[in-house]
Amino acid sequence: MTTTETTEVVHGAGEHGAHPSESRYIIIALVLGVLTAIEVAVSYAHRLGSAANPLLLVLAATKFALVAMFFMHLKFDNKVLRRFFVTGIILAAAVYVAVMFTLGVLAF
Amino acid sequence: MSEHASTVVDEHAAPGPEHGHVTNTGVSNEKMAMWAFLGSECLLFGALISTYFLYRGRSVVPPYPKDIYNIPYTSVSSFVLLMSSLTMVLALAAIQRGDHRRFRLWILATALLGSSFIAGQVYEFTSFIREGLTIKTNLFGSSFFVLTGFHGVHVTLGIVMLLSLWSLSIRGKLPQEKSEVVEIAGLYWHFVDVVWIILFTVVYLIPSPTHGYVH
Repeated sequence: MTTTETTEVVHGAGEHGAHPSESRYIIIALVLGVLTAIEVAVSYAHRLGSAANPLLLVLAATKFALVAMFFMHLKFDNKVLRRFFVTGIILAAAVYVAVMFTLGVLAF
Repeated sequence: MSEHASTVVDEHAAPGPEHGHVTNTGVSNEKMAMWAFLGSECLLFGALISTYFLYRGRSVVPPYPKDIYNIPYTSVSSFVLLMSSLTMVLALAAIQRGDHRRFRLWILATALLGSSFIAGQVYEFTSFIREGLTIKTNLFGSSFFVLTGFHGVHVTLGIVMLLSLWSLSIRGKLPQEKSEVVEIAGLYWHFVDVVWIILFTVVYLIPSPTHGYVH
């Protein structure tokens, strides 16, 4: 194999697929803006009562996922990067649960 | 190059982009390190959020969240930080296609939006202090200022990073081939954004179980 051919193979075996286009980035940002507006509206809707809290958490998780997948390119990049991040989130959740059980806020 | 050598390159050693060095995963060491750092940051903020939740609704002296939060104001701040993530990805896209003029424009816009967020946080903190809530007033004050203060410090460091990239680009020291540096700084910036997405919901929007709705 010639040097040129090797170079092509090396660059062709890049770590990730194509990133989104600029217009898609703008659409995602608009969606994030709309979701934020819905969140604020839900927080003012006292009639929802305690049902508002899970709804707010779902909206926040959706926004989190959109930024992580598209702006941080986790949807397109090497899966090992996703594992790093998800592991951190799972450990953080485990810390939260452990603290709650240790201090008696939650109980079996 | 021998046939054997080319096979090794094909099957086992996709390089990190732009830098051209070979890694087992195909991801550059710098990018991998940033993701490992962000994973550890999840733990830091996880611990701080846990502490906030633990102390939520347990303050025995006012002011309570419902007395001092200004949700419309904080919503605008949150929107500003969200939009800074958009300008960040536009800056990355610009440098990846070699458009340095637009890169500098978008990276400066990102830094300005981040600065607006921090200015808003400083104003919020000072207004809270004027209304009698300090880090020593009650459990709410302690956990609120530590949690949001840590986030503010992260945003400030991100702004310094963005301005450094802008400065490097102005001096011609940030060529298109080094666009991964911008991508790595962008990962950090988006991370502080996703942390704020969570904080905005759990700190400001979800009412305290004992002190009720903010508005």
